Amino acid sequence: MKSSLKLALGLASAISASAAVSNVAHAEDLTLCWAAWDPANALVELSKDFTKQTGIGMKFEFVPWTNYADRFLNELNSHGKLCDLIIGDSQWIGGAAENGHYVKLNDFFDKEKISMDDFVPATVVGYSEWPKNTPNYWALPAMGDVVGWTYRKDWFSKPELQKEFKEKYGWDLGPPTTFDQLKQIAEFFQKRQIDGKTVYGASIYTERGSEGITMGAMDVLYSYGFQYENPKKPYEMEGFVNSDKAVKGLEFYKALYDCCTPPGASNSYMGEGVDAFKSGQVAMHMNFTFTWPGLQKDENVGGDKIGYFVNPKGPDGDQFAQLGGQGISVVSYSDKQEAALKYIKWFANKDVQAKWWSLGGYSCLNAVVKDPNFPASQPYAQAFLDSMAIVKDFWAEPSYAPLLQASQKRFHDYVVAGQGTAKEALDGLVKDWTQIFQDDGKI
Amino acid sequence: MLNRTAENVARATPEPLARKVRGISDKGLAWLFISPTILLLLAINIFPLFWAIYLSFTNYRANRPNEVVKNLGLANYQRILGDKDVWIAMQTTAHFVFWTILLQTLIGFTLAWLIDRKFRGHAFWTTLILVPMMLSPAVVGNFWRFLYEPQIGLFSYVISFVSGIPPTDIQMLSNVSLAPWSIIIVDTWMWTPYVMLICLAGLRSIPEYIYEAAEVDRASNWRQFWSITLPMALPFIMLAVLFRGIENFKMFDMVNLLTGGGPGSTTEVASITLKRQAFESWRTGYSSAFAIILFVAVFGLANIYVKALNKVKQR
Repeated sequence: MKSSLKLALGLASAISASAAVSNVAHAEDLTLCWAAWDPANALVELSKDFTKQTGIGMKFEFVPWTNYADRFLNELNSHGKLCDLIIGDSQWIGGAAENGHYVKLNDFFDKEKISMDDFVPATVVGYSEWPKNTPNYWALPAMGDVVGWTYRKDWFSKPELQKEFKEKYGWDLGPPTTFDQLKQIAEFFQKRQIDGKTVYGASIYTERGSEGITMGAMDVLYSYGFQYENPKKPYEMEGFVNSDKAVKGLEFYKALYDCCTPPGASNSYMGEGVDAFKSGQVAMHMNFTFTWPGLQKDENVGGDKIGYFVNPKGPDGDQFAQLGGQGISVVSYSDKQEAALKYIKWFANKDVQAKWWSLGGYSCLNAVVKDPNFPASQPYAQAFLDSMAIVKDFWAEPSYAPLLQASQKRFHDYVVAGQGTAKEALDGLVKDWTQIFQDDGKI
Repeated sequence: MLNRTAENVARATPEPLARKVRGISDKGLAWLFISPTILLLLAINIFPLFWAIYLSFTNYRANRPNEVVKNLGLANYQRILGDKDVWIAMQTTAHFVFWTILLQTLIGFTLAWLIDRKFRGHAFWTTLILVPMMLSPAVVGNFWRFLYEPQIGLFSYVISFVSGIPPTDIQMLSNVSLAPWSIIIVDTWMWTPYVMLICLAGLRSIPEYIYEAAEVDRASNWRQFWSITLPMALPFIMLAVLFRGIENFKMFDMVNLLTGGGPGSTTEVASITLKRQAFESWRTGYSSAFAIILFVAVFGLANIYVKALNKVKQR
């Protein structure tokens, strides 16, 4: 009787103790929300160090890019508690700040001596500030990203192709520095037989559903002279969005799509681009730089076969590239804000940022990217640095979603479906965007 | 005997309990049983409908919960009805509904008529024909996307084999003229068996003696088809058209998976426009008004159609 009582008591205390331990552990677990892509896997690896140091467990909620915005904006709008930390897209910052989804980080940064001067300026403006160019911070720059290009170095270096190219175009086949050169190279490779396979010129963004074609077309339009608004008068778009130069840029993008993309590439974005390059279909490939570490490691097209170049210059020598990437924010509806802030403090640390880069993430910390060894640390490091120096981003207004939907429609209608002219597309865009800002009471 | 037992039980029941049981009438009991269902319907169907009607008169945006909600009167409705893009989406929807119904009815009825011949192995063929209908639209969409792929797709190779056009030139999903047809083909492939099944039920319901009488009168097969088969199967055909019409009017999954509304806006049916306005642009008030307009359109058309169906049945 005595022994069975002891046994029962022992069991009961063991059960309650284990329940208490597991409760404590779960109470401290943080959930980080992000897109399901390669850098997210690197972050899982990196975050193990955080758990080791603090005892705070990390859970992750990763959603594919095509549903990323829908899923997490719904979560934020419904004041959900799923995410304690969120790595939200750069364009969300306006809406997230104005609607109170993110915790403002200024006081925290001051207290923890985290200075935004320590980060690449473009990433601070793009990922952290709202209103733009004011010292109001809602995120810590987490993942630097920008649209750049990869090319098949092995094809470019074939002597017979080099000779033929030089004879045809009068300059040496190599990474293009202007968009005209890029188109000439793309035309040269289009439907060419290489190693017994038909290959094509370039893979560019044409996706209709989310943001693809806008990210791609803007990448060209910026360097052709497109501007979102009158720099002296905010929200005045007539003559800037639809300037003659912008029209020429959009015409160029359509010409590139028509002449030099693989068959059926009418709905391509990041994944389709990577597939086209990896399967040896294209000579050049437009994509965000986050895809580069994976491509560099690829057995068929990586290593010595791949090269990287910065988005080329426009006809007047202007050179810009579409900003991608995200900052990490604390969700204001989280019950674990203190632990979430601990994670941000840990993530801002120089050693953590260095490891982040080594694992395949793109650090935005000056101490990492301005390190003298950085350009040689990876074959694509220099192209990434040069690209980050010329970035421009899409509207980050609270109405970014309708603004984006309007450009998606106008660009796809013209570039892919061939409806109307570039001028009509951009005039229509001015009309759509003006209406959206009028609805918002900004005009 | 049974009545006597019931009376005995009633007499034996203690008075307080009997009073309680007597308190619930048959009608009350019926309400008690159906009230959970009614409450559920009110909560998930009726309340959202009235809420959407209310929202359709406002500028409410689900992604801006802190913003003041203004009453706009009929402005959302006016804007939708004056929006060129909305009318283009409605035309695309009408084109899609018309062709899918026409093809599905023609092929479905023909298949049903053939199956009804009861040839050897007809049960096997019936099951085989029904397979596409049993698949998930997500599977069908992805599966056909690969079939249409110009470089590796089987569909392009088959067409190329028949026509001599290089497969890479057969860009079903990228070509403005072909993209709408690519969706019509898939929807027809998937849902013709459904129409066939309903038509088959109609054909099997025609009494054999009518055909026997026609044969006595020396009516030709052609005459029997036009005077007996078709008129008697017509209510079933019309029912199939109604079901497919309603379904295809709100078609979303297949279009979203195959073309996403593209190229450009070539295949952007009304449901895709609605989804973009509601969950991408977050114009909740505007999209509620659009949803109400679509609801009224479908409801109105279905009502007219049901009246016609009843007339055909009464003939």
